[in-house]
Amino acid sequence: MSIRELQEEIIDEFAMFDDWMQRYEYMIELGKSLPLIDEKYKIDGNIIKGCQSKVWVHAEMNADNIVFTADSDAIITKGIIAILIRVFSNQHPQDIIDANTDFIDEIGLKEHLSPTRANGLVSMIKQLKMYAIAYQTQIN
Amino acid sequence: MLDIQKIRADFPILERTVNGKPLVYFDNAATSQTPTVVIDTIVDYYTKYNANIHRGVHTLSQEATDAYELARKKVQSHFNAKHSHEIILTSGTTHSINIVATGFSALLEAGDEIIVSAMEHHSNIVPWQMLCERTGAILKVIPMNQDGELLMDAYDALLSSKTKLVFTNHISNALGTINPIEEIITKAHQHGAVVLIDGAQACPHVKPDVQALDVDFYVASAHKLCGPTGVGLLYGKEEWLNKLPPYQGGGEMIDQVTFEKTTYAGLPHKFEAGTPNICGGIAFGAALDYMNAIGFDEIAAYENELLAYGTQKLLEIEGLKIYGTAKQKTSVISFNIENIHPYDIGSIVDKLGVAVRTGHHCAQPIMDFYNIPGTVRASFAFYNTKEEIDILVEAVKKAKMMLS
Repeated sequence: MSIRELQEEIIDEFAMFDDWMQRYEYMIELGKSLPLIDEKYKIDGNIIKGCQSKVWVHAEMNADNIVFTADSDAIITKGIIAILIRVFSNQHPQDIIDANTDFIDEIGLKEHLSPTRANGLVSMIKQLKMYAIAYQTQIN
Repeated sequence: MLDIQKIRADFPILERTVNGKPLVYFDNAATSQTPTVVIDTIVDYYTKYNANIHRGVHTLSQEATDAYELARKKVQSHFNAKHSHEIILTSGTTHSINIVATGFSALLEAGDEIIVSAMEHHSNIVPWQMLCERTGAILKVIPMNQDGELLMDAYDALLSSKTKLVFTNHISNALGTINPIEEIITKAHQHGAVVLIDGAQACPHVKPDVQALDVDFYVASAHKLCGPTGVGLLYGKEEWLNKLPPYQGGGEMIDQVTFEKTTYAGLPHKFEAGTPNICGGIAFGAALDYMNAIGFDEIAAYENELLAYGTQKLLEIEGLKIYGTAKQKTSVISFNIENIHPYDIGSIVDKLGVAVRTGHHCAQPIMDFYNIPGTVRASFAFYNTKEEIDILVEAVKKAKMMLS
């Protein structure tokens, strides 16, 4: 699926929830259930430090696509990472470069992508884009 | 006894809702809320006598100057400084510390020692580290115990004839500990060292008397005292303010300027380059009037009640641990729940209308000491209530249920 199609799918999923609590419970479930990164990549070199929570990101190429894995020490942050990984992993670098994260607003999680939260997510998205730019440069 | 409902009516923001719930504001250690009388002072200034100060001969400028200088006198009186020119109005605590730390570049030599406590806010660490980099002075740290109390024996051992400066907070922002500053100051003076006390967290709860303390420098911010942001004070003993060189050059701080040589203005203007936060300074004075009319003894007694109640109620939650259990502390409760990240708790209680702080509270060394990523911090002010603490406790329980 394309990035946009995946985003639409997530928006549809979240439309089923009546209130913030259901959205958060879903994110907490996502955060708890998914193995998001190989332990060997949870190293200082892959860490994005926020004032609030830490995020680890690892990227590698699989054929023409980038595969992202990531993790966080906070479960809600990790739940949002799960959503971002679902959208951006296994995509072509150029598509990642061209994509935006407006869908996060639409699913009512905008506050977690605010720089003032300092939870590492804003920097994480920047990092995903940086990886995409780097891999795209290699392809070119 | 304080009439809390009457006091709450002074703070219009307390009537608002957050995420559909009545606001419960427990982030007072970060900034306090603003009473109507202070808001009115700000509006009044811009409505009636907004003008630049200290230079205009016109009526507005004179009125603004008088109001600003009256505010300085109110600050002087509040802190019981000997002279009004010992009160430098700054942009806040950080600015005040930087004036002193930068000024001491000219007064320290390589190998001199300066002492900090283990429980400082970054703004009372970093400017001094920068001073050490400039001068070759050595930074020493007073350690603390698990309760968050400074080890005074260790402090004694650090003091020597090499000690030139000691700087600690009066009250810790992350833990609420009230530090024994009288003892810290007396002992430092016995070794000929100069003392700066960071009163940012203390001033909302206590009324320091700088002459009784015999402190050399005392700094604080208006916005934690029901005043506006962007204004604060540097109190310094006259002799020390005279010894320190100016921090910034510019207008207001000069006596005579020629291209060959400039001579500086006297105190306090030597440290007040540029147009100051005039309105902020005047509003700071109004905030002090407001707090003093309520009374700091009454405020402290009521906040201690809130602290005792909040501590007891929060500890009823299984797995909850409080960081900062000093015998002498103010109404700050820093806590975590076993196996739950503070960010997660903060995010959920915010959804329930409760404003707490999460993270390292700009005091990373404390978090490293306890080996934790951060804490949830609830800090109470005199306008908070036990009912609000009940709402916090229920919100934390809810968060715990969702996250476990």
